[in-house]
Amino acid sequence: MQCIIVDDEAAARTILKKLATNNENLEVQAEFSNAIQAIKHLNQNEVELIFLDIHMPDFNGFDFIQTIKNPPKIILSTSDRNFAIEAFEYDCIVDYLVKPIVQERFDKAIKKALNFSPSEISEATPSEKVEANPKDSGNDLYVNIDRRLIKIDIPTIYLIEARGDYILIKTSGKNYTVHSTMKKIEDKLPDSLFLKIHRSFIINVDKIIDIEDNSVLIEKDVIPVSRSNRPELMKRLNLL
Amino acid sequence: MEEKPNYSYISQLSGGDKDFEEQLLDVVRLELPQEIENYKNHLKTDNFMRAGDDVHKIKHKISILGLEKSYQVAIDHEDSLREGIVNDDLYQRFEEILNAMTTFIQKA
Repeated sequence: MQCIIVDDEAAARTILKKLATNNENLEVQAEFSNAIQAIKHLNQNEVELIFLDIHMPDFNGFDFIQTIKNPPKIILSTSDRNFAIEAFEYDCIVDYLVKPIVQERFDKAIKKALNFSPSEISEATPSEKVEANPKDSGNDLYVNIDRRLIKIDIPTIYLIEARGDYILIKTSGKNYTVHSTMKKIEDKLPDSLFLKIHRSFIINVDKIIDIEDNSVLIEKDVIPVSRSNRPELMKRLNLL
Repeated sequence: MEEKPNYSYISQLSGGDKDFEEQLLDVVRLELPQEIENYKNHLKTDNFMRAGDDVHKIKHKISILGLEKSYQVAIDHEDSLREGIVNDDLYQRFEEILNAMTTFIQKA
């Protein structure tokens, strides 16, 4: 199998290359320290398998998968067990290797990849087996924190803030830092209650205290409203 | 610190290939000081989320150097930083791990 390695850490790439060299079924075509370079390569080359790190700055492994139109087989490699559940939401993901990776476990993953039928690979979107239609799935949102799925009552969320590769979910009782994207959580929240007012902020419209110029006071947070989002916000208000 | 950095994982991986062992150690020698510097800079500027990302990266180096117990300290420290908390005990223990790793790779 022709494979590529995508990992921002040189040590991880060195190890994966060694493990791949020791496996007769693999040929390493190229290695990349960032996802953008890898996407360019995929557009011009036939690749059967990708070793993909999840935790990369700016553009993480899951963002990468969602960007590829027809993803080949993917084996994830990470130092974090927390993403295992999310990983198996994607049909193209064959296996999930936790660093430090040893040869025996690596070879097992390759065996799985060899037996993985191409017909099993569909679109690079989360499988519907996990969540049918998140927006219709009631008042609960489950987030993966410290290897636990924690239930959050959606109406108690008043603010979601983008923080790099993470989002901060603020509720009336507690705050949660979750490895996810604004796009993903936006898709899971009811439009009737939530509105994106800035590229880094989604608010619960019911929790607004007041609006002044280009900012919204929500609980104790003052949140900026971007010019492009302001008309939609104003539309949602029951103005006298 | 109870445990010391060692070659157990590197040796297991290399299967006796000394060139590979040296190549991997070279990469660690190059990457680790930069990752430590990033971590310290992010702590200085109270950018705990990024400091957590740095610990995440260093965590892999911890496992490469065979520090199995220290790995858990790094996990706890990373989680704590992502919550915006600098736990004094975890910070100190992590410092000891960084010092031990730095000394080890300089001598290796």
